[in-house]
Amino acid sequence: MIVIVDYGMGNLRSVYNKLKRIECDAKISSDPEVISKAEKIILPGVGHFKNAMEKIKEYGLFELLNQKVLKDKIPVLGICLGVQLFTKKSEEGDVEGLGWIDAETVRFSIPEHQKIRLKVPSVGWNSVSLVKTDSLLFKGIDPQELFYFVHSYHLKSTNSSIVLGTSNYSYEFISCIEKDNIFGTQFHPEKSQDQGMQLFKNFVKM
Amino acid sequence: MIRPRVIPILLLKNLGLVKSVRFKNYNYIGDPINAVKIFNDLRADELVFLDIMASKEKRTIQLSFIERVGDECNMPFSVGGGIRTINDIKTILSAGAEKVIINSYAAENPEFIKNAAMEFGSSTIVASIDVKNNFFGKEATYTMGGTKSTGYNPVDFAKLMEEKGAGELIINSIEKDGTMEGYDLDLVKRISEAVTIPVIACGGAGTYEHMANCFKDSFASAVAAGSMFVYHGPRKAVLINYPAKNELLQIFSN
Repeated sequence: MIVIVDYGMGNLRSVYNKLKRIECDAKISSDPEVISKAEKIILPGVGHFKNAMEKIKEYGLFELLNQKVLKDKIPVLGICLGVQLFTKKSEEGDVEGLGWIDAETVRFSIPEHQKIRLKVPSVGWNSVSLVKTDSLLFKGIDPQELFYFVHSYHLKSTNSSIVLGTSNYSYEFISCIEKDNIFGTQFHPEKSQDQGMQLFKNFVKM
Repeated sequence: MIRPRVIPILLLKNLGLVKSVRFKNYNYIGDPINAVKIFNDLRADELVFLDIMASKEKRTIQLSFIERVGDECNMPFSVGGGIRTINDIKTILSAGAEKVIINSYAAENPEFIKNAAMEFGSSTIVASIDVKNNFFGKEATYTMGGTKSTGYNPVDFAKLMEEKGAGELIINSIEKDGTMEGYDLDLVKRISEAVTIPVIACGGAGTYEHMANCFKDSFASAVAAGSMFVYHGPRKAVLINYPAKNELLQIFSN
């Protein structure tokens, strides 16, 4: 069973619906008992980093998520704010994250002369160039396909081993990560048409 | 190259799909859920739903409707109409919408945009700015479906919305709405130059060339249209349509 972790931050239903379409046994829950039984976890997310971390703690999920991901090593997929929460800290609210990956969350820094064209938040369809070409997460997805992004912040890391793929918006940034059982996408697979569905299918099979 | 998003705007009245001319003369188009299915197949970038009567009727858009759209929709969609509380936003997002669009209440209480952005993040909050010339011929921001003048100059209001934390702006030219004679390029340009958040141009699109010009000359981050995507031909036969992937690249390539 896959649990979509409900920590009070947005768009769970569209992830749930996409999983249902591929006949996956999925539940939306914030109940520690349900989450503790999960075989896989998805951390979706729209919203503010600081609020999200506060809510994870308030719901009593902080320790449990650490246990499931770091000790039990079940596959976890973070989406948008979800993957940002995996990092050590964020400029958004200047708070610490879950710290599962060696990265930080920073705001887009667009040079003055590009500001009229490259607005923040970056909203729209962008390509992903895969660094790890053999990743199971992207199996069967045409590298030409675009994915849907909505974000003002992105991951930053000097540790290239976690980088699964990058995208470009004024400069190159990390748009998906993979480290052992930990996966994450800055874009929204649940909003990315057929290629997003394929990514979910790949994650479900892991 | 960055391709701007091309967004069908779908107007709702009594949960039916309608299309206006200059915010009036609403023509019934069809079933919105059916439209979503067609836009899925046509692989539209994003959809916008606006309940045009909600603010006047002091309510939000019906939740079960948003859930149905969310269940059906393969792409991001935003929802607007009558939003006045944090809880309204929470409900709409949890039903599957990517973003909420706030118009009337943004002008009435700009602090609300700030609170909403704090709670949900800027990328979720879209302010929509309806513009027309007032009685004295001066450009002004309107609310309540274009019936109420706010006294705000549109560029000033755009800057205020950015300052409060809106993540995106929809600029809708009331006098161009439904005319299909082209966007208000000057207005879109002035606002794009004044803010650093994405600007979605709306009102007046009739051809792909209009869209390309608005992107190229007015710096729109996205171009929206109503009539163009629901009508076909000079007699305005109802036909839901959307450019194919290669057409989209072609439109913005020059």
